[in-house]
Amino acid sequence: MFSYIVRRILYAVPIVVGVNCLTAALFFYVNTPDDMARKILGEKNVTPAAIENWKAGHGYNLPAFVNAKESGLGTLTQTVFFQKSAPLLWLDFGRSDRNNIDIGGEIKTRMWPSLAISVPIFIAGLASELFVAMMLARWRGTLLDLWGLVASVVMMSVSALFYIIGGQYVLGKYLMLFPISGYDAGVHSIKFLVLPVVIGVISGVGSGVRFYRTVFLEEMGKDYIRTARAKGLGEGRVLFKHGLKNAMIPVLTNVVVSIPFLFYGSLIMETFFSVPGLGNFTIDAIQSQDFAIVRSMVYLGSILYIVGLILTDISYTLVDPRVRLE
Amino acid sequence: MKDRAVRGIMRLARPAACGVLLLLLVPGCTPNNPYRASERGANIFYTTFSEPPKHLDPGRAYSSDEYDLIGQIYEPPLQYHYLKRPYTLIPASAAETPGPVYYDKNGKRLRPSAPAEAVAKAVYEIKIKKGLAYAAHPAFAKTSGGAPVYANLTPDAARGINEVKDFPIKASREAVSGDFVYGIMRLADPLVECPVLPILEKYILGLKEYGDALRADLAEIRRQRKEAAGPAYNQDTDERERPIILDYRRHKLPGVEKAGAYTYRVILKTKYPQFIYWLAMPFFAPVPEEAALFYAQPALAGKNITLDRFPVGTGPYMMDTFNPNMEITLVANREFHGETYPTEGGAGDLEAGLLKDGGKPMPFIEKIVFKLEKEAIPRWNKFLQGYYDNSGIGTDSFDQAVSISAGGRAELTGAMKAKGITLTTSVRPSTYYAGFNMLDPAVGGYGERARKLRQAISIALDFEEYIEIFNNGRGIPAHSPLPPGIFGYGGRAEAAIDPYVYDWDPARKRPVRKSIEDARRVLKEAGYPEGRGADGEPLVITFDNPWTGVDSTPMINWYIKRFKLLGVQLENRTTDYNRFQEKMLKGNFQFFSWGWNADYPDPENFFFLLASSNGKVKYQGENAANYSNAEFDRRFKQMENMDNTPERMGIIAEMTDLVQRDSPWVWGFHPVAFGLHHRWVSNVKPNAMANNTMKYARLGAAQRELLRDEWNRPGWGIAAAAAAAAAVITGGAYVLARRRGGTAADNRGHRPCSPTS
Repeated sequence: MFSYIVRRILYAVPIVVGVNCLTAALFFYVNTPDDMARKILGEKNVTPAAIENWKAGHGYNLPAFVNAKESGLGTLTQTVFFQKSAPLLWLDFGRSDRNNIDIGGEIKTRMWPSLAISVPIFIAGLASELFVAMMLARWRGTLLDLWGLVASVVMMSVSALFYIIGGQYVLGKYLMLFPISGYDAGVHSIKFLVLPVVIGVISGVGSGVRFYRTVFLEEMGKDYIRTARAKGLGEGRVLFKHGLKNAMIPVLTNVVVSIPFLFYGSLIMETFFSVPGLGNFTIDAIQSQDFAIVRSMVYLGSILYIVGLILTDISYTLVDPRVRLE
Repeated sequence: MKDRAVRGIMRLARPAACGVLLLLLVPGCTPNNPYRASERGANIFYTTFSEPPKHLDPGRAYSSDEYDLIGQIYEPPLQYHYLKRPYTLIPASAAETPGPVYYDKNGKRLRPSAPAEAVAKAVYEIKIKKGLAYAAHPAFAKTSGGAPVYANLTPDAARGINEVKDFPIKASREAVSGDFVYGIMRLADPLVECPVLPILEKYILGLKEYGDALRADLAEIRRQRKEAAGPAYNQDTDERERPIILDYRRHKLPGVEKAGAYTYRVILKTKYPQFIYWLAMPFFAPVPEEAALFYAQPALAGKNITLDRFPVGTGPYMMDTFNPNMEITLVANREFHGETYPTEGGAGDLEAGLLKDGGKPMPFIEKIVFKLEKEAIPRWNKFLQGYYDNSGIGTDSFDQAVSISAGGRAELTGAMKAKGITLTTSVRPSTYYAGFNMLDPAVGGYGERARKLRQAISIALDFEEYIEIFNNGRGIPAHSPLPPGIFGYGGRAEAAIDPYVYDWDPARKRPVRKSIEDARRVLKEAGYPEGRGADGEPLVITFDNPWTGVDSTPMINWYIKRFKLLGVQLENRTTDYNRFQEKMLKGNFQFFSWGWNADYPDPENFFFLLASSNGKVKYQGENAANYSNAEFDRRFKQMENMDNTPERMGIIAEMTDLVQRDSPWVWGFHPVAFGLHHRWVSNVKPNAMANNTMKYARLGAAQRELLRDEWNRPGWGIAAAAAAAAAVITGGAYVLARRRGGTAADNRGHRPCSPTS
């Protein structure tokens, strides 16, 4: 397995470099350093000298990919692409363009609020989706199944924004049970997390139930389930012990790849609940055209995606002894 | 077995029920309260910010949201009187308001009314108050030997330090004239990236040369470092590990000189009466050199502890917590030199109770908490719940908050009045306008035909309607670039109206926009009968804008509709802001919409938007319409450096006549800001120019707690009923399923299962 993982990591290098190249190319051709300077310097008194000064101060006065004025290795290293992208390889994210903050430090600080929301949503959401899906599969063809499915379809058809605004209105404004929005440090954050977590779980449960129900129905028709019942096992044991375990491959395919992205947080949820997570950070950076942050987050995203895929492969070996990574 | 389970459930249920009961019975139990219990009843003002401030460095910050913070921390020499109107400058950190002394090229002193051409040097001698002290800060902490305690910090020494308040040793020191001089020198530092440097370079003697010298020093340092490092040189990494500190003493800045411990001079190379307004901006606040050196340590910069985030000032407040992703808190500065609430104000201030605290020491509020609220709906709802002390009014909540009376007066709705909320309104010193590219062959130019085309469009664009539809009536139609409150603003008097767009209604004594028939007639005179040119083809004008908001489509449609009334086709070309800027810079546009927010309350700060020396295409200035009229320029030159005299008023009237005739802009409107605050907040008077107004505000924390408790009684009963209903439905469904459906195993025995069923 070790050699497999090493091989997968080596495969990932060109992907990550490619993502970096593509991000840089897209950014520079859609949005030149002059555009970035104008956007960041504001609307007043943005003179050509101010733009040049900003570019020189942030290293954007260099050519994008090849520096003909330099010789030897300098032709490649003294370019915006190399200067900004090379340190990413050892996870040095540099400073933001907008306000010179240390991006690495900001990511470390902001990932905790993101995790504080996304992990409970992930765990509670997954647990409730699996449970409800199994219940529907258990009573397949009954009114419970029918109305459960109808409810799932309705719930998955409603926009996440509706759940957020509706949840804030009903539970925060009308019933006044939770703060409408906000965040606090440490243990004080708990009261702010309940509402977004409840909303996050409810908004995701419809599509999750539909998917896992299908997975469980496929398992329920298999021979080993019939065998389990035939030997007299209770329906609970059949479902939760045998059915769930064997349905884990599709479940893990769906779930494990998304675990690394829990760091990323939720863009909409964090914005509406004023949670200072990485989702908010990314949105702000896109809006203010902070290439340094966007590049860092895209790079981090590509790494997390690869990590997610490797973790998924590893998880297969844990739930299915027939799978070997070679 | 069953009994044990029941007993277990009961064991858990009892304390939970008791907890809920306790929550219901304990007065003041408001589970939606977003603040900690320790803050209950505290003298804390809660307000919001919608996006993290970019810069808090006084040499770099320039936007209103940044000034909301540093305005409370830094003290420039002057400030605007809180209550008096028109806006009046009074001393802040200065001992008195300085007046310029003019000299000719031979060094001979001139009288104050000397013409600008005769002035070769204008000297402002600024005497600062004695006893100004910086808020306690680790940069001032010294060892017994006099060396800084926190110099050469290593990453190990900085472990556990995440904010300035985490440093255990802090000290203060008196602010002296050298700090003001240092603050001005910093403006020329290319690492500071001062946004107003291009303007100040035009006036402060030698500032341009000084800035060039510092830029050359910086370039040389970078060149040397690059040479030493070879191809592996990375500017960003290098300067993070070894921040560059430029030596300001290597070069001389003749425009600023220290004249004693409490006096310094700023020398301008021309007459520029508006300079006095710049002295009320944080750019001219004192900056201690120790702080700049303290923050330049790599161990701190790596933790985002910089002067750009943790200001060091002499003002009434100091930074406590800077977490721009969540909240920013300011606390009263114990070292504040002391200032008292004004004893005199404007008309009606006494009756409004705004002078009750006259002569009392400020600030009144102990702590200000700025909470990040990006979305308008939660922000508004939390204001209504009493968790924010003040609020603006968004378009979505306007009807809930304000009703417009038959007479056009804005009033609070009954619900707001019942809560004791107060409405304040103030005209902002801003102008929102639509403009023509005067370089464009179709809509630009200065001939009669082009003028009439623009005048016809100006009539057709009914900004009274625009204000009603898109601003809920919050605006005043403009007749010139000057907003109310600025010297030269003519108001809505007959002599001041734009006669090309409005008629005077003598009966109602107010201007009335000319009719669309008038506009069509003028358009016909321009050579476009029914919007068609000589070739019979309809006139097509392109409209460039960077609008992407929710209102953008209806706004664009409104413009198109108004143009259509003339038979002119308006072709919309919405682009992102970068493309829009690029088009403006290249002159690749015909018609656009923009706005201007005053830096200071002087007509020069508006008329310069139409001076040819400021043309966007030619000089990349702020004259976006590229208007160029020699007569206007001549008068502008005359007017810009004059004091506010009747003569200046006359020149402004002539300039207004010229731009009304040429119509490079469709005048648009001046926005009116509506603000709300709760009944427990007092001493609130909108002041569009001042940015240090928090020190005047007072709040009744005890009353706020009582009302918060009253307004936020949780709906436990409804929640419990809803939970019970959900339990009954689920239980019922389960029972029904068992009774009617049998088990899955039963079903599965009879038919094969499909994964898609």
